[in-house]
Amino acid sequence: MCAATRTGEQDAAAELRTEGFRVPLRWRRRGRLAPYAMVAPALLVIGLILAYPLFMLVSLSFQHYGLRQLFAHQGEWVGLDNYVSLLRDATFWTVLRRSVLFAAFNVGATMVIGTLVALLMERIVKPLRIAVTTGLVLVWAMPVPVAVDVWQWMFDFEFGVVNWLLTNLHVGNFIHHNWYDDPIQGFGVISVVLIWAALPFVVITLYAGLSQVPRELIEAAEVDGASALQVFRNVTVPVLRPLFVILVSLSTIWDFQVFTQVWLILNARPSQSYYVIGVYSFVESFKAAQYGSGSAIAVGMVAILFVATFFYIRYYVRQAVGANEATA
Amino acid sequence: MIAVARRPSPHRVRRVAGRVVLNLLAAVFLVVMVFPVYWMVATAFKPGRDILRLTPKFFPSPATLINFRDAIERAYFLDDVRNSIVIVVCTVAIALTVAFLAAVALARLNFRGKITLIILFVGVQMVPLNALIIPLYLLLDAASQTDTLVGVIVTYLAFVLPFVVWTLRGFIANLPVDLEEAAMIDGCTRVGAFWRILFPLVAPGLVATAVFAFVQAWNEFIIAYVLLRSPQNQTLMVWLASFTTERGTDWGSLMAGATMTSLPVVVFFLIVQRRIVTNLTAGAVKG
Repeated sequence: MCAATRTGEQDAAAELRTEGFRVPLRWRRRGRLAPYAMVAPALLVIGLILAYPLFMLVSLSFQHYGLRQLFAHQGEWVGLDNYVSLLRDATFWTVLRRSVLFAAFNVGATMVIGTLVALLMERIVKPLRIAVTTGLVLVWAMPVPVAVDVWQWMFDFEFGVVNWLLTNLHVGNFIHHNWYDDPIQGFGVISVVLIWAALPFVVITLYAGLSQVPRELIEAAEVDGASALQVFRNVTVPVLRPLFVILVSLSTIWDFQVFTQVWLILNARPSQSYYVIGVYSFVESFKAAQYGSGSAIAVGMVAILFVATFFYIRYYVRQAVGANEATA
Repeated sequence: MIAVARRPSPHRVRRVAGRVVLNLLAAVFLVVMVFPVYWMVATAFKPGRDILRLTPKFFPSPATLINFRDAIERAYFLDDVRNSIVIVVCTVAIALTVAFLAAVALARLNFRGKITLIILFVGVQMVPLNALIIPLYLLLDAASQTDTLVGVIVTYLAFVLPFVVWTLRGFIANLPVDLEEAAMIDGCTRVGAFWRILFPLVAPGLVATAVFAFVQAWNEFIIAYVLLRSPQNQTLMVWLASFTTERGTDWGSLMAGATMTSLPVVVFFLIVQRRIVTNLTAGAVKG
């Protein structure tokens, strides 16, 4: 079948164990470098584009880096100045508070609606379930700029179909209504876009998780007289807890650093009352050309995210190491 | 015995009514979720007068292709289609090749520093794009690679690689080692066993991962938006965004453009839909 020296390969085969490969004796000298060579290209790209810029981001936050520095490709070291002015800046605190509230609302709404829909999916007829899954996948596929364009059109000031629908349902008069004059309403529209796009992943994941809750546990609880709510609280939730942690963490990560939706729905010109931390960092860096303070804001965002999702990160890393040990 | 007239017990009626209500709720949810997608496509096929109507027309009749024509003829559309395709194809091809090597090493071989590498590959996926775009821009600017497709491809590679490596590693690790061992005992070289046994089995995993990478690269916005300034170098996503900065948006051609832009992604997603759900089911609870 393959060209190879018989005895050499038999030696090699003798080295193999059933639990993963040990580098066979014959290959040991040549093969020792092989893994490193195989991993090197991926490492190089990731190191260059992810690791190094991450280090650069932190270093930038300690520098003054305006237009002049941009031309010279060299920043001016100012130590903690960026951070100090940031902490003294009332805008920063307003933006931070707004971002936290906005993220909390969206994560909460996504998880509540997502859980309810996942539970619903368990109790409907199969053809409808397939239809809902297909619909969810369809929504999941929509790119963010497309989603923003469509929802912008649906909430259009003059011809938006949502405006028409709400007016005809006598919720109020929304014809010629600009949703973005009032930031609360504007953020409401942005929330609709965010939650709509986030639901498919949450629903499909939770539904998959629900199907793995052991039937015997549920039936035992029902035999003992538990109501549906009690079954949910005492059987389902504990079993699904790791999944909830993952979903909440991922949603928090995504919703806290939201940028594209806010930016595009306001036609790349958001007013200050629409600044969330992702937008603030972007504007400071690329519009005001203050890459140093923009970086400081970004570092702040990353730090907050890291703290908020610490448990998720720890779980994920443990899982990764565990997966490695299972196959080692 | 007089036959008792059959009437469903009140309990049974309530249960059936409950089921009907739940199914209705699900149907309503489905309609609400999918309506925006329908509205995008419907608007794309409507002539201008049916789009700019105070009372919306829910079904496009008469249907027209004029919006698609306008979108295609719009400045830089074809350039941007070409750019998107080039960027995505290069990214996916290079990413798969590079990632496959790394994934085999991580899945099958033992070497020093492996755990550190794994933590790196996993942890690096956590870094927010919004934050990294700042130093990335400065870095590429120093190398004169802003506003080039190459700069974007390299950047996309970095963002796609950790996920692709990790997923492929998972696929390969799940394949039984015995097959390769048996081949090697039968006289195959290591590389031979790899090529003849491992590769065909991992092929479906490669395809699924390729599709995921394709979707991520195709849909990406921020990096393309920041790096690509000249209209002829931009991607389709940036092209879509440029509509909204003008006064009096041409909704018809925007929706047509949006429909065309989403098409590849929707097609691919529907193809791998089953695998997505299966992957999520496996290990959803156990982790």
